[in-house]
Amino acid sequence: MIRFENVSKVYNGNTPAVENLNLEIERGEFVCLIGPSGCGKTTTMKMINRLIEPTSGTIKINGKDIMQIDAVDLRRGIGYVIQQIGLFPHMTVAENVALVPKLLGWNPERRRKRVGELLPLVGLDPAEFRDRYPRELSGGQQQRVGIIRAMAAKPDVILMDEPFSALDPISRESLQDEMKRLQRKLKLTIVFVTHDIDEALKLGDRIAMMRAGQIVQLASPEELLRNPTNEFVAQFIGRDRLLTDPDVLTVADVMIKPVTVDPGHGLAEAIVTMKKRRVNSLLVTDENDKLLGIVIPKQIDLTRRGTVADVMRTVTVTTAPDVHLREAFQRMFLDHLDLLPVVTAEGTLVGLLTSTAMVDALSDVIWAEGDAQ
Amino acid sequence: MIRQVLAVFLDPRMQRTLLLQAAEHISLSLSAVVLAVLVAVPLGVWLTRREQLAEPVMATFGLLQTIPSVALLAFMIPLLGIGREPALAALFLYALMPILRSTYTGIKQVDDAILEAGRGMGMTSRQLLFLVEMPIALRVILSGIRVSTVLIIGWATLAAFVGGGGLGNTIMSGFAMVSPGQILAGGIPVTLLALLADYLLGRLERVVTPRSLRA
Ligand SMILES: Nc1ncnc2c1ncn2[C@@H]1O[C@H](COP(=O)(O)OP(=O)(O)OP(=O)(O)O)[C@@H](O)[C@H]1O
Ligand SMILES: [Mg+2]
Repeated sequence: MIRFENVSKVYNGNTPAVENLNLEIERGEFVCLIGPSGCGKTTTMKMINRLIEPTSGTIKINGKDIMQIDAVDLRRGIGYVIQQIGLFPHMTVAENVALVPKLLGWNPERRRKRVGELLPLVGLDPAEFRDRYPRELSGGQQQRVGIIRAMAAKPDVILMDEPFSALDPISRESLQDEMKRLQRKLKLTIVFVTHDIDEALKLGDRIAMMRAGQIVQLASPEELLRNPTNEFVAQFIGRDRLLTDPDVLTVADVMIKPVTVDPGHGLAEAIVTMKKRRVNSLLVTDENDKLLGIVIPKQIDLTRRGTVADVMRTVTVTTAPDVHLREAFQRMFLDHLDLLPVVTAEGTLVGLLTSTAMVDALSDVIWAEGDAQ
Repeated sequence: MIRQVLAVFLDPRMQRTLLLQAAEHISLSLSAVVLAVLVAVPLGVWLTRREQLAEPVMATFGLLQTIPSVALLAFMIPLLGIGREPALAALFLYALMPILRSTYTGIKQVDDAILEAGRGMGMTSRQLLFLVEMPIALRVILSGIRVSTVLIIGWATLAAFVGGGGLGNTIMSGFAMVSPGQILAGGIPVTLLALLADYLLGRLERVVTPRSLRA
């Protein structure tokens, strides 16, 4: 519904702030623009409501070139929320919220009703807050009013430029939750600028990662975490996050290098290897690393001579490196397995999942979350 | 001395004269201030849209302010003769500056974020001016008007020098007769008028300032 076609913006002859940008935003979608300071997020966003006009290229809303629409009319159909909130200090909450409807000529009764509908959406009691002035509200309450003010005339799109970044962490968190809930419930189309990757991952249906005026990657949070297109994106997301999100971890992330023996190995030797390497199992592989079986101490009768091949058991349950960790763990848990060999589609052994590795991975997640608080 | 002043105040003929002069005084001051508001407020607003011009224009008006008042009045005579007009013209020029500056700064100090929000919501520049900038700047503008009014009520005393009427006449004749009582009899009402104007305009400022903008 919003479409950028080869859009560039150059401020007075310098290097472009936005360069040849293409982006299509669907109706009902929550798109986050993220990237380092100065990468062109705000410029990109403000071109949508023509607070900034592109140097070249076209932006279309519902198929219509926005340069063909009167700027004032265009803006009245687009909600706008900024970091500094920008409530009108001389107007009450109700007057602030009803401003665009008033500009659009709604009658007072309809405006009053709309205010009464909107305030509860962000947890503010109309009876209590309607007639307050902005300075009589906390920062979080002010931005709640800022959000419903942007929604008042049921705009097609809402633009939000770092709306929560000046709030304290608790207000920020709860406003993020409310925003996501509202967006889902009312199927709002939102373009949201942020520099906070956690916020983008939490809110965005898709995230446009920007750098130097261009979109480096446009993907769902899941996809971004799993497959950052390049080092820049990976770094921006942060390695810790890549590795500690349990929904994104794969078997390959936590598997260990297994201790292997070849089938011709003597049994006594096998025991020594286990002792030396402090493991309670050995995986038996051929010269091409193909998994043949597994040996655990219970199976070895030291009074008998023989090779590993004589006592090993074939392995019936294996997993693959790109399987979701969650899934692999469920498997181990349900089948009461201590070990789960990791095998490629070709049958090559590449690693081993152990219950210890599972505990490690889980504790990483727990620790990481603990650190973040 | 107090007795001398009372003697003037109690003289029925002087009472009539003083009342008449006070009326002239008020009318002259009020006219000067109203004219100044009509010119300085729009000019101040316009200067906020032409920032390169703001400083030069205000410096020019500031210069006017530094011309001694008697000199400015004298300067008006060849242009406008004697009587009410030259006095009004000079007072008008004096009244401009505080109003111009307060309008300019009052509008300038409106938070950029508020303007950006307004523009982003689809307000025209006219709506932004009348619904946002002026209401927020109103208190500052009114305080400039108050300063001007108090100044002008004082300076209107000098109108008598060019035959402009007002309480200055009583003071001048007090000087001529070397009568401190007469001088004070003219001076005290001027002071009272200035205090009254200050009080009333102060009240007005509070009335027009919504709860939200009060310090
Ligand atoms: N009005 C302007 N005039 C000139 N250059 C500008 C203007 N606005 C932005 N720029 C430049 O354009 C580039 C992109 O700016 P923009 O505000 O879009 O960045 P941003 O991604 O929103 O950054 P931030 O995270 O700091 O808000 C920057 O290099 C900035 O200096
Ligand atoms: Mg920005």
